Amino acid sequence: MQEGIQCSCCESEQCLSVIRGIHSDDSVEKTFLGNGRNGDKHTCICPIETLVWTNDYTLVQRARCNIDCHCLSMCHCLSMLSCSKQCSYPSIFIYGHRATGKSHVIHTLLKELELPYATVSCVECVSVGLLFEQVLLSLFGSDSASLLSRNPSLSDFVRVYKQLCVQASAKQTRYIVLDRAELLRDMEANLLPAFLRLQELVEDNVTVILLSEIVWDKFRPNTGCFEPLLLHFPDYSKGELQQILSEDSHPSYSPELYSAFINILLGVFYSVCRDLRELSLRLSMLKFQPLFSLPSVKESDTHKLWRNIEPHLKKAMQTVYLREVSSVQWEQQLKMEEKEAGAVRGLSAHAHVELPYYSKFLLIAAYLASYNPARTDKRFFLKHHGKIKKTNFLKKHEKTSNHLLGPKPFPLDRLLAIFYSVVDSRVAPTASVFCQISSLVTLQLLNQVGHDDQLDAPKYKCAVSLDFILAISRTVSFDMVKYLYDFL
Amino acid sequence: MSKRKVKETHMPVGECISQVQMILRERFCHQRLPEKPVGMESQHKHLLELLRRTAVHGESNSVLIVGPRGSGKTMLLNCVLRELLEVKDVNKNVLPVHLNGLLQTDDRIALKEITRQLNLENVVGDKVFGSFAENLAFLLEALKKGDRSSSRPVLFILDEFDLFAHHKNQTLLYNLLDVSQSAQAPVAVIGLTCRLDVLELLEKRVKSRFSHRQIHLLSSLSFIQYLDNVRSQLSLPQDFPDTKFYDEWNDSIKTLCEDQLVVDVLQSHYNSSKDFRSLHLLLMLALSRVSASKPAIKPTDLLEASRVCMVDSKANILHGLSILELCLIIAMKHLNDIYEGEPFNFQMVHNEFKKFLQRKSHSIHNFDKPVVIKAFEHLQQLELIKSMDSSTAKIQKEYQLMKLLLDHSQIMEALQKYPQCPTDVKQWAMSAFG
Repeated sequence: MQEGIQCSCCESEQCLSVIRGIHSDDSVEKTFLGNGRNGDKHTCICPIETLVWTNDYTLVQRARCNIDCHCLSMCHCLSMLSCSKQCSYPSIFIYGHRATGKSHVIHTLLKELELPYATVSCVECVSVGLLFEQVLLSLFGSDSASLLSRNPSLSDFVRVYKQLCVQASAKQTRYIVLDRAELLRDMEANLLPAFLRLQELVEDNVTVILLSEIVWDKFRPNTGCFEPLLLHFPDYSKGELQQILSEDSHPSYSPELYSAFINILLGVFYSVCRDLRELSLRLSMLKFQPLFSLPSVKESDTHKLWRNIEPHLKKAMQTVYLREVSSVQWEQQLKMEEKEAGAVRGLSAHAHVELPYYSKFLLIAAYLASYNPARTDKRFFLKHHGKIKKTNFLKKHEKTSNHLLGPKPFPLDRLLAIFYSVVDSRVAPTASVFCQISSLVTLQLLNQVGHDDQLDAPKYKCAVSLDFILAISRTVSFDMVKYLYDFL
Repeated sequence: MSKRKVKETHMPVGECISQVQMILRERFCHQRLPEKPVGMESQHKHLLELLRRTAVHGESNSVLIVGPRGSGKTMLLNCVLRELLEVKDVNKNVLPVHLNGLLQTDDRIALKEITRQLNLENVVGDKVFGSFAENLAFLLEALKKGDRSSSRPVLFILDEFDLFAHHKNQTLLYNLLDVSQSAQAPVAVIGLTCRLDVLELLEKRVKSRFSHRQIHLLSSLSFIQYLDNVRSQLSLPQDFPDTKFYDEWNDSIKTLCEDQLVVDVLQSHYNSSKDFRSLHLLLMLALSRVSASKPAIKPTDLLEASRVCMVDSKANILHGLSILELCLIIAMKHLNDIYEGEPFNFQMVHNEFKKFLQRKSHSIHNFDKPVVIKAFEHLQQLELIKSMDSSTAKIQKEYQLMKLLLDHSQIMEALQKYPQCPTDVKQWAMSAFG
């Protein structure tokens, strides 16, 4: 018997199980047996490679090229999929992080093995009718969707499906792949349980494959449902990420230089983000001439390369990673930087909007009103506040620090009182001052709390961060920290 | 017939395995009904008797089959129907109508479906009816055959019965049960549901028309019976063409079920759930490892399948997080420990993280606040943390109160398995406070 034959990619014998699962073609088995008995002509039997024996060489090569680093999960998937006459489990749920290749592997497998399937991304389906239409279109051809009425319910879909099944009976298992399946939970409540048991409802050999980022425990409806087969797609390790990212190297650089560069990049970004999509985005932005064509650096001088690149990467983390700057802007800014010695700044650094003088003070007053408790106003803002008992100002427990809890609402009167004491000149309470408060609300620097109808005593909350307000107070030479209760 | 004359067919191993896979997959994917359901003899008899009275004697009945998910309600019903329809005159007369609570979400849709299944669409045509009851009465009247005075018995099978109880006024249920109580036509209403408290959902007038007959499928298999069931599920049927292979396979299954490792695995499964469905899931996973080179199920296959079934999915997700996100989770865990599960916001978590960076960390870089916010939002997208209130009051996102949806032990276990976890992070996680 065929003992001891191992797959070189995933080194497990279970790969062999998939041969029978996929092709019940006798030619596979006979050739396989023949070679084994003649004494180990081949040592590697990866499930895809064995399909070579069925004359589908092109099929194999394409599948092999398209799937990387996923042999084990692919083996599991393959063993679940069935060959023509066999049944397959009614529903399969595949979960894993973003960009771990779930959709890619499933689609490649289904396409290359030429199984009938329909794939729908639930993001596109704003209504269930779109979902049903797409499924019927892919499985039964273009006239089938016309059988559905305008606003089809699930009952209509099942009825039409049964009708079409009778006309085109299934010789093979049909597959319906639902991508981003977590959005199914927010659609009609009966949709998810019905899809899980679709095989039973339509009495046809169909399997529903759900792909999602979120674990199955969050999907289960209240009264339970048909439990699908759960498969996990593991995330890439650092080595695998390096291998994948090094694959499309720029032709003008040598592969070693490129992989050294990828190594450096991963070193900076790996502890923050492991999403392949994000990393390749960063990569595509940083692949440009100026980094590499520095005259003083030779290709083999990786240390100098690292010193040159490192500040750029750090800046990239602040701006490009946060998507505040697009790739085009990044390149332009870097080109500009060669001429001037300016720093690359993201949006948040440009965020101090130019406000009029009194608006700045109004904002400062609002911040003080939000983050200082009302009882401490006397101490900060009155010239002669009398004796204040020391007990009030014992160091508070950290938990109640207002900067951790968030801004508190304050009435308009309090804001104005603080404003008048903070502004050094005499200000008359004219309409222009009140107008500025409303514009601050429109700019979303202040939030209005409570109902719009309360005209006599509106309440507000300050919605800016500490860094922002410190930057503003610096522009008007106001020492903010002295007035904050939390920094006493 | 002498045994010597029986021709023994031998097929190549591959062909045998393919046949085995086909037969067993049909069993596990519920596409073929078993010969007779296991452990449900009394319920089977009861239901059969009830339906026979409707089909043959024209007596109206209503019954509810109640049992948890996967306990075999649909299987029981289908077995009974199969047995019932074997009788010739029953087969000719009885009209089964299958309704499902998931599909027929409205009484109007349900009525259309009933019309369609009774093949009375032409008869109804474009008639407009005043009420549901009129429509139903018309349908049942139309079933009366020309020469016979009595009408054909109809079996209404309502799957997910509890969902029908959520329709407006429960008109469908009321009318069906009303027909089953009055002498209009022989009708049997069979409801299948997983809720034990389904009768509480019914309105008073509906409940009074129901016969209160319930068949409970609370599986009462002992562990020995469970093991026997496993053996019979995995064994091949008598009519398998290759007898030598059939013997080999059944023997291997017998030894498999006596293996201690397998018994332990099945015991742990039995302790968590006794129903057939989870058993079939486990056996399906074990079956997928059978191939021409390995034409038998080994104990390690079952062990591996059990491991796949019982894995903690959140731990798998935690495995793929970046270091920054993991640190945030550990900070949240500490906040939960200190403040005993009170909700927190991003500022508190960031504060905790900064304390760790200042005092104890050597390897983690001091990231900017926006980068940390992005990591926090990623955790929110993965639904590992959830915001407490969905109120419309405008709260800045750093101050929104959140809750961590992970357990202390889950986090600690995930940390052990995390690849290349820096030691200072691990030590921080294991320290008691801060």
